Amino acid sequence: MRKIILSAAAGFVLLAAGNAFAAGGAAVPPAKDWTFQGIFGKFDRDQLKRGYQVYKDICAGCHSLRLVAYRNLMDIGFTEDEVKDIASEYQLPAPPNDDGDTIVDGERLMRAAKPSDHFVSPFANEKAARVANAGAYPPDLSLMVKARKKGPDYIYALLTGYKEEAPEGFALNEGMYYNEYFPGHQIAMAPPLMDESVEYEDGTPATLDQHAKDIVTFLAWTASPELEARKSMGIKVLLFLVVLTAMFYALKRRIWSDVH
Amino acid sequence: MSTSSFNNPVVKWIDERLPVFTMMQHSAVDYPTPKNLNYWWNFGSLAAFVLVIMLLTGIFLAMSYTPHVDHAFVSVERIMRDVNYGWLLRYLHMNGGSMFFIVVYIHMFRGMYYGSYKAPREILWIVGVFLILAMMATAFMGYVLPWGQMSFWGATVITNLFSAIPLVGQEIVTWLWGGFSVDNPTLNRFFSLHYLLPFVIVGLVVVHVWALHTVKSNNPTGVDIKGPEDTIPFHPYYTIKDFYGIGLFLIFYLAFVFYAPDFFGEPDNYIEANPMVTPAHIVPEWYFLPFYAILRAFTFDVLFIPAKLAGVIAMFASIILLAVLPWLDRSKARSARFRPMYKWFFWIFVLDCLVLGYIGAQAAEEPYVTIGQVATFYYFAHLLIIVPLVSKLENPRPLPESISAAVTKSDSE
Repeated sequence: MRKIILSAAAGFVLLAAGNAFAAGGAAVPPAKDWTFQGIFGKFDRDQLKRGYQVYKDICAGCHSLRLVAYRNLMDIGFTEDEVKDIASEYQLPAPPNDDGDTIVDGERLMRAAKPSDHFVSPFANEKAARVANAGAYPPDLSLMVKARKKGPDYIYALLTGYKEEAPEGFALNEGMYYNEYFPGHQIAMAPPLMDESVEYEDGTPATLDQHAKDIVTFLAWTASPELEARKSMGIKVLLFLVVLTAMFYALKRRIWSDVH
Repeated sequence: MSTSSFNNPVVKWIDERLPVFTMMQHSAVDYPTPKNLNYWWNFGSLAAFVLVIMLLTGIFLAMSYTPHVDHAFVSVERIMRDVNYGWLLRYLHMNGGSMFFIVVYIHMFRGMYYGSYKAPREILWIVGVFLILAMMATAFMGYVLPWGQMSFWGATVITNLFSAIPLVGQEIVTWLWGGFSVDNPTLNRFFSLHYLLPFVIVGLVVVHVWALHTVKSNNPTGVDIKGPEDTIPFHPYYTIKDFYGIGLFLIFYLAFVFYAPDFFGEPDNYIEANPMVTPAHIVPEWYFLPFYAILRAFTFDVLFIPAKLAGVIAMFASIILLAVLPWLDRSKARSARFRPMYKWFFWIFVLDCLVLGYIGAQAAEEPYVTIGQVATFYYFAHLLIIVPLVSKLENPRPLPESISAAVTKSDSE
């Protein structure tokens, strides 16, 4: 219990430290243009597919995407058969067999994933992830764009903001990398993307800039899959309300014309 | 048996046995309302409107929400992704919370500017103070339910405030938590209470409106209703005016829901709660920031009261003190329109509340700490010193003879 109290107290203190840190510790990510911004913002379907390819080939080695199901990929342009194929590449623990066993010959029974399953995580649990990543825990990416201030700009800046060498006088820890935009500048993730990290199926030039934009767009979709439905409904609702309110106003003027 | 004046036989039959239609006729149609109410008087009906939206969206959200530490966060994301229009329900509810406070704060400031708390509206005002307290408790517990990082750490910080109570503080905190930290029992009871309290709010609203309809609405002149020439029936005049207000309000509210749904939220709350990782900043929702600033202003012990306890007392006092405002303000004039000194102090007080809100969001470092302390001092000085003193020293401008006299005069100007 004392621990909790102390951590709460630490929270108060960190409130002070954190702010100073945020102010002096990391550069402000420059604002980028994203297709999904603004009132009429939409995702570019080809970009989403490229972003998925970047996630699958690069990020998925360490980062989970637990809130997204394989069936959701149909929303970004994959066909039902393609989604079935994609899902079947992954294995999940199977339910007990007819003998009631889940382990046969010392092996955990597995089954292929189905479109209805959520993305299979690269590691069984947090401990396994930390063991494989020198103690660091690669966070789930499903909501990353919403979980950071200026999410899309920040993630783009982070992915392109690595410096080969830390500035002079900066004490970089063993196995850490220097990043301009990461709070504290020390990040355990090695630079994940560079030119030609992924060969795009649609022939788009494979530059670091392109990779970063594509993965950010894909992650913006995983964080807000409702974005397009929301924005298109918003226009209709607001237009309707403007007309309705104008009519209320006209009616109000008319009804009130005999007062005084 | 009431003598019903309704023609429809069914309505007549019901009304003679249970006079609901007579009641509606009295309180929503004929209800005599001052004819000079301005648009600041729209915010009461707007608050009721938001309350209904919160109840409806909340009831449907609760059908798909799981109050368990292992499932709460994911169940909210399920609502966002897999429930039909779940994202709409959730964003309406989330932003509705902020809208509720915007509307109610304006409603409260309106009451303070036009002296709506003064006799004979003291009980109406005090019920309002209970309402804001109930709203705050509801909002605080609702914010815990998505079980994000800010939910968890906000709950930890705020519940820990009760540990400042001498002798039994720690026991009270354990009792509130239902354990030795914010955990599953805490989440469960917060969900239960978050569902219960809105109905308490509905009950208080009924009392609030009952009191209102007994003493009748105040008005921008602050002068009593003298006769029928001062009033107009609520319907159709104020029903249509309220509809117009609701239309404008919906445009404002839904623009956030559809185009900036996370504007009022903290990104950290999209990270699942983790008792092992403390976020860099723990900030409450914006509507608590002024009170958070008052809480943190006490960095020093006050006589024998330790700083933390003093902060907690001041924070609660800052709201509860409003209940005695009718007795702190002795001025004969209600409306600030006719109070040349009070008018200025009112706006300084509004500014002070905004400064407190700004300070509440800042780190506990200079110059913010000092500014926060000055603003906190001013908050209490306004209520305890300035308001009583001004009401004694000030010479109110001559009041109009009646509402209709004031209206005709302003028309000829």
